[in-house]
Amino acid sequence: MIRPDAELLLDITDLHASVEDQPILKGVNLQVRSGEIHAVMGRNGSGKSTLSKVLAGHPAYRVTSGTVLYRGVNLFELEAEERARLGVFLGFQYPVEIPGVSNLEFLRVATNARRLKRNLEELDTFDFEDHVQERLKVVQMDPAFLERSVNEGFSGGEKKRNEILQMALLEPVVAILDETDSGLDIDALRIVAGGVNQLANADNATLLITHYQRLLDEITPDYVHVMASGRILRTGGRELALELEQTGYDWVDKELAAQGVA
Amino acid sequence: MTSTSTRDLVSQPYKYGFVTDIETDKIEKGLSEEVVRLISSKKDEPEFLLNFRLKAFRHWLTLEEPDWAALGYEAIDYQNIIYYAAPKQQAKKASLDEVDPKLLETFEKLGIPLSEQKRLSNVAVDAVFDSVSIATTYREKLAEHGVVFCSFTEAVKDHPELIERYLGSVVSSNDNYFAALNSAVFSDGSFVFIPKGVECPMELSTYFRINSGDTGQFERTLIVAEEGASVSYLEGCTAPMFDTNQLHAAVVELVVLDDASIKYSTVQNWYAGDENGVGGIYNFVTKRGQCRGARSRISWTQVETGSAITWKYPSCVLQGADSVGEFYSVALTNNCQQADTGTKMIHIGPRTRSTIVSKGISAGRSSNSYRGLVQIGPKAKGARNYSQCDSMLIGDQAAANTYPYIRSQQPQAAIEHEASTCRISEDQLFYLQSRGIGFEEAVSMMVSGFCRDVFNQLPMEFAAEADKLLALKLEGSVG
Repeated sequence: MIRPDAELLLDITDLHASVEDQPILKGVNLQVRSGEIHAVMGRNGSGKSTLSKVLAGHPAYRVTSGTVLYRGVNLFELEAEERARLGVFLGFQYPVEIPGVSNLEFLRVATNARRLKRNLEELDTFDFEDHVQERLKVVQMDPAFLERSVNEGFSGGEKKRNEILQMALLEPVVAILDETDSGLDIDALRIVAGGVNQLANADNATLLITHYQRLLDEITPDYVHVMASGRILRTGGRELALELEQTGYDWVDKELAAQGVA
Repeated sequence: MTSTSTRDLVSQPYKYGFVTDIETDKIEKGLSEEVVRLISSKKDEPEFLLNFRLKAFRHWLTLEEPDWAALGYEAIDYQNIIYYAAPKQQAKKASLDEVDPKLLETFEKLGIPLSEQKRLSNVAVDAVFDSVSIATTYREKLAEHGVVFCSFTEAVKDHPELIERYLGSVVSSNDNYFAALNSAVFSDGSFVFIPKGVECPMELSTYFRINSGDTGQFERTLIVAEEGASVSYLEGCTAPMFDTNQLHAAVVELVVLDDASIKYSTVQNWYAGDENGVGGIYNFVTKRGQCRGARSRISWTQVETGSAITWKYPSCVLQGADSVGEFYSVALTNNCQQADTGTKMIHIGPRTRSTIVSKGISAGRSSNSYRGLVQIGPKAKGARNYSQCDSMLIGDQAAANTYPYIRSQQPQAAIEHEASTCRISEDQLFYLQSRGIGFEEAVSMMVSGFCRDVFNQLPMEFAAEADKLLALKLEGSVG
C-alpha cells in the first residue's frame, strides 16, 4: 500500500558490489517506504540475489561504491547480526542445514536478540514455547519441526515455511525474501504467501525477489522492478509483471543493447 | 551469552593460570631408585607398596618412550622433573579448620569451595594439590553408607588389604612406559570403594591442581564397585600458566563386579600453553576399567580441552558376560595443542556390548587424532560394538585424523563404525548471524550442537560448565 506519509525505510543509491572481484551490482537505485511491497524480477544472473545478500551483509560480497541507508543509518557500518536485530530480514533461497542445533533454541535466541534491541523483555524457554506456538499458525507448521535440528532433513517446502516462521518471530521492518517461491508446489506456495500477507502491515515493507509472476498472483506488489546486468532497468506497477509474463525477457536484451551494456 | 560478554572473556584466556604462593616440601629434581624409596618412606608405606614401586621403576628403566602417537614434542628430560612436592602442613587434617587457609582459598578461586558452608551440596570432593590430597568432603556421610572416599595415601593406611588386592590389577605396573613411571613415583590420588549393593548417594569428584612449576603430577585413582554397587565420579583439572612444560602421568583403574556400574567423567582443562605453543601440560594418562562381573557396566565421558599434549585412551575390558562399555568423548584443540586420544574396547565375555562416540574439534594450528581399538575375542559370541567418530574443523590450518583399529576373532559379532568430518561453513555462520546471533555465539551454538551427544552423558551440574568451557576455549579462533 502506497501512502504519502510513509517512512523511507530503505534508500539505495548507485550501489555497486562484487563477488571475488567480479562486479555484479552496477549501480542499483531503489527506495522502499513503509507499507509497501516491492517485487524485484529478472533472469538468473541479473543480480537479484546478490542485492539481497549485500543488504543482509554476507561476507563474500564486497560493496565497491554507493550507499544504503536503513532508516537513515548507513547499513554498511553494521555487522550482519546488528542489521538483523534492527529489523532487516533475509529469507533465504536455500536455507542451510545446521546439524545439532535445535530449531527451537535457535528460534528463541534469534527472537530474543531482536527483542532486546526493541527494549522488549527476553522470553524464557516456557514463555517462548507459547509465543512460538502462536506464530506456527501463520505458516501452518507442525510443531514437530521445532524439535529437530535447524532445517536438517526438511523438505524444500518445510525449509521455506521455517523461513517465514522466523520472519513471524522476528517481526522485521524490512523483509527481503529471496526466491521464496522456488521449489514450492502450489499449496505450499499459497501457505507461504499467505504468511507473508499476514505479516505485511503499514509499518513494514517487503521486498520480494522472484523469477515468476505466480508468486505475485498471491502477493500483490505495489511496485515491480526489473533487474538486468546489475541494475534496475525498469520500474512499474503490478502490470509490469503481467507484461513480463506475456512477453518474456527478450525486450531486456534489446534495451541493454540499445544502452550499450550487454 | 551476549557478544559483549564473549569479548570480555577473550581478554582472559585461561583464568586458572595463577600460582599459589605456599611453602612446599619437595624432593630434589631427578629420578632414581633412591627417589622412589624416598617417596615411599615420606608416605610411610607398607612393604608391598614399596616393592610395587621398585618393580615398576626397574621395569621402566628398560622401556623406551612410545612414539607411535601422532604427536610431536621435544624430548622430556626425566631428570629435570620434581617427583614429589607437597604443601608444608601437618599430615592429613582431621577437620578442614586445620587446613592452610591459602589452600582453601585456592580451591575456592577454582570454583571448588571445600568449607562446610560453601561446599557443593550434592557432590563430595577430594582436592589434590600437587602431590597430595588436602581435603575430602562429606566423608562421614558417605561412610554411613559404607562408601569409602578418601585420598590414596589414607587408603593405604586405612584399607591396605583393598589396595593390595586391587592396585595394579587392571593396569599393571609394566603396562606401558607412562604407567610404569606412574607406578614408581605416584604420590597421591583418590580411592573409592562402593560395597556390595550400595548405590553411592552423591556424586564423587576429585579436583587435581598442579601448582609448582617443575613438578610432575603422578596421581593414581582406584575405584572399586562391588556386586550391584553403582557410582558416578567426576575429575577436574587445572594448572597455572608457566612457559615450561609440566608432565602429568596419571593412572586410573576401575573394577566393577557383577551388576555393578561406574560412570567416570572427566573435564580436563590443564593449561594448554600460549597461542605459540609455549608452555602447557604434557598429559600422558592411562585409564582402564575392567568389567569383571556379569552385566557390569563402565561408562567413560571425557571433555578434553586443555594440555599442550594429550595422550589418553580410557578403555574397557569387557570380561563379564553381558557387560557394557561406553566411551563418550569431546576433545577440543586450539592454537598449537595436540591430542591423540580415543579408547580401547576389549570384548572377552559373551554378548558384551560397547559404544564409542567421539567428537573432535580442531581449531587454530592444532592437531586432533582419534585412535581407537575394538577387539572381539574368540569367546565373545554375540558381542556388539557401535563407533561414531566425528571431526569438526575450524579454520584452514587445523588437522583431524581418525585411526580406528578393529580386530575380531569371533564371526558372530557385530561391529559398526561411522565417521564424518565437517567444517563450520561461512554460509552456516551467516545464516545464524542474519538472524541476529553474534559471530562468537553462532560458533559456540554450532560447536555445542556438535557435542550434544556427549554432553548429554555428563552429570547435569557439569554439562553446562562443559558447554561454557568450550565456548571460552574457542574465543577468537574463528574468522
